Amino acid sequence: MISFKGVTKRYADGTVAVDGLDLELATGEITVFVGPSGCGKTTTLRMINRMVEPTSGVIAIDGVDVTTRPAAELRRGIGYVIQQGGLFPHRTVLDNVATVPLLLGWDKKKARERARELLPRVGLDAALGARYPHQLSGGQQQRVGVARALAADPPVLLMDEPFSAVDPVVRAGLQEEFLRLQAELHKTIVFVTHDIDEAVRLGHRIAVFAKGGHVAQYATPRELLAAPEPGFVTEFLGGERGLRKLRFFAELDATPEAARPGSGEAPGATALGEAPDA
Amino acid sequence: MPEGEPLVRWDWIASHIELFGDLTVEHLKLSLLPILFGLLIAVPLGVLCARWGWLYPPVLTIANILYAVPSLALFLVLLDFTGLTIWTVVIPLTLYTLSVLVPNVVDGLRQVPEQTRQAAVAMGYTPLRRLVAVELPIAVPVIMAGVRVATVSNISLVSVGALIGIGGLGRLFKDGFDLQFTTPVFAGIVLIIALAVLFDFALVLLQRLLTPWTAR
Repeated sequence: MISFKGVTKRYADGTVAVDGLDLELATGEITVFVGPSGCGKTTTLRMINRMVEPTSGVIAIDGVDVTTRPAAELRRGIGYVIQQGGLFPHRTVLDNVATVPLLLGWDKKKARERARELLPRVGLDAALGARYPHQLSGGQQQRVGVARALAADPPVLLMDEPFSAVDPVVRAGLQEEFLRLQAELHKTIVFVTHDIDEAVRLGHRIAVFAKGGHVAQYATPRELLAAPEPGFVTEFLGGERGLRKLRFFAELDATPEAARPGSGEAPGATALGEAPDA
Repeated sequence: MPEGEPLVRWDWIASHIELFGDLTVEHLKLSLLPILFGLLIAVPLGVLCARWGWLYPPVLTIANILYAVPSLALFLVLLDFTGLTIWTVVIPLTLYTLSVLVPNVVDGLRQVPEQTRQAAVAMGYTPLRRLVAVELPIAVPVIMAGVRVATVSNISLVSVGALIGIGGLGRLFKDGFDLQFTTPVFAGIVLIIALAVLFDFALVLLQRLLTPWTAR
């Protein structure tokens, strides 16, 4: 479990990015941070692996305060998928994926082997392993980014708008495979997006961030769509809320059991409440 | 040029091949050692300037002022300290390379994409390791562009050293001028241009080897 207790991030110029955040993210589930830009969701994400240090408050992973561990060592144990891939342009796909295992001191052969076996798992042809990032499409780069984050099999995965730079069709495919992968891996995932549809589609739980860096509502997608907090959240969900709700439940009915968040043997099996068709 | 003297006396060239060889070796030593020393200074200096931006303007100003000092003046000043050794030429040329190499190291590091840098932090690189394994390798193409300019410029500039007796192939110009004899001048020009072209080409090859990812 990842917990935030009274976490505030105030910058030197007085801007408050995150304001007194209390939040608990369940192990093995996908928690989505959603909200307009500048509402502190990426800052919150980055405080988990100490890329941003909180001004006050405590962030703990499984009860251990993250600030008690050396930052670099902590980060090697937390997968990170960055916006627009952030791949290393000077390394082949295989070496990109092998990055964290090598940092952890695995030998080169074992790290490459691990990278090689990960490519098909994220839907990439093994032959792409020898290519350089600029030789890949945007969607392929995103997949490499996911594979790189998974390489050392970290229990926690942080994803900062990982699918925002690709077109809607590719994005839908990536989301689908992401859910399939998660059904196998059961990682504790924190996923940042500004797209409410993506949040509803992927999240077991959704934290809606509002301006000023606080969480306006923290709920399952079902609760959020059925009973959004009046004011900011209702507005953020927008006029299409009814439509979204319909689509959400229609999709639940249509998706096979295994490909759904919180289905199968995932620890988050009950995240969506009772099964919709029960 | 004396009356009746041909522009090039091929028999003189044929009988002085050994001299050309010796002068070429000296010429290369005088022009390439400064590149090596220049990199040894410019890389750490550039890293510091890229890290602390306020350091860059004064460093660049000093490097440019040094570059503005005429080479012959610098050679003459150094003669008192280093005498008739290669250092009298190598030290000034090293200082000159900084005005090209430092900005290229800084620019190279600055054009590392922010997403890539952030990704390296997130993967768990320590700052030093990130610099060595991610940022400097990505900066190599821009640094190499500076190395190419500095190398070609040095190969040409070394000749001035002949005026104080340490100038590699430049000696052919001085001798030719003193004796009113055009053949060595001609040979010197051809050899220096050939060296410049050859080394520029070699550096392009080296860069291809160092940065296979830039091939399209």
